[in-house]
Amino acid sequence: MRRDVFQAIADPNRRAILSLLARQRMTLNGVAENFRISRPAVSKHIRILKECGLVIVIPQGRERYVEARFDKLNEVTDWVEQYRQIWEERFNRLDDLLEQMKKEKQHAIKK
Amino acid sequence: MPSKNKVTVTAEPGKQEVFITREFDAPRELVFKAHTDPKLYVQWLGPYGYEMILETFEPVNGGRYRYIHKDQGGNEYGFHGTFHEMSMDNMVQTFEFEGYPGHVSLDTMTLEELPGHRTKATIHSVFQSVSDRDGMIQNGMEKGMREGYERLDDILKAM
Repeated sequence: MRRDVFQAIADPNRRAILSLLARQRMTLNGVAENFRISRPAVSKHIRILKECGLVIVIPQGRERYVEARFDKLNEVTDWVEQYRQIWEERFNRLDDLLEQMKKEKQHAIKK
Repeated sequence: MPSKNKVTVTAEPGKQEVFITREFDAPRELVFKAHTDPKLYVQWLGPYGYEMILETFEPVNGGRYRYIHKDQGGNEYGFHGTFHEMSMDNMVQTFEFEGYPGHVSLDTMTLEELPGHRTKATIHSVFQSVSDRDGMIQNGMEKGMREGYERLDDILKAM
């Protein structure tokens, strides 16, 4: 199975876990309390998030804390940004062409 | 001159679609013409540093298209699809990168008239799966295509 940031955020429960952890780090139980799905199901999602590099689990005494690592999420933004730049490049060329077309049209009307 | 019109790309996590919007300082007929006249189309579609070869171009309902982006090393990247509807209100077409066969997106483009002879273009692309969409965004369509193949190999191996 894929273990990357896209896999991590493909599931709505995992996205909800991440937005919960955006505010503060929480214990595993603390996260599970916020969800209707079973505790093992929450643990499984956290394991996937961990394998995708989006959270780390820190043992502290008897508790295990989950902390989000949001720098990984920037990968998504960067890819979208790259895609955006390709379209920007393309449409800037279209702008130049449209300017030329507008001039030709005005020229044709004057004639 | 850099344009003041910005491209926005919306790709929500976990979804199969992408929205691209952009405004143009030109009337709708001209924007439409730049999409349907082959002589004009080749001038802006291809990425920098690539030769754009428009092999087949039938911008009518039910027509086909195929174009090739050729880099300086002679590598060719083919794309093809079918025009489902080609009108100023609605341009609907399929899109397939031949390096990733069988993964087809459905692209709808609408051109909206704005005051002052301006036009707003909205492209809505729907992919067959979330990973198809993300793969396409990652590849940036043309950039890093070779890496795309390698990534595809990894994905296929992992399946």
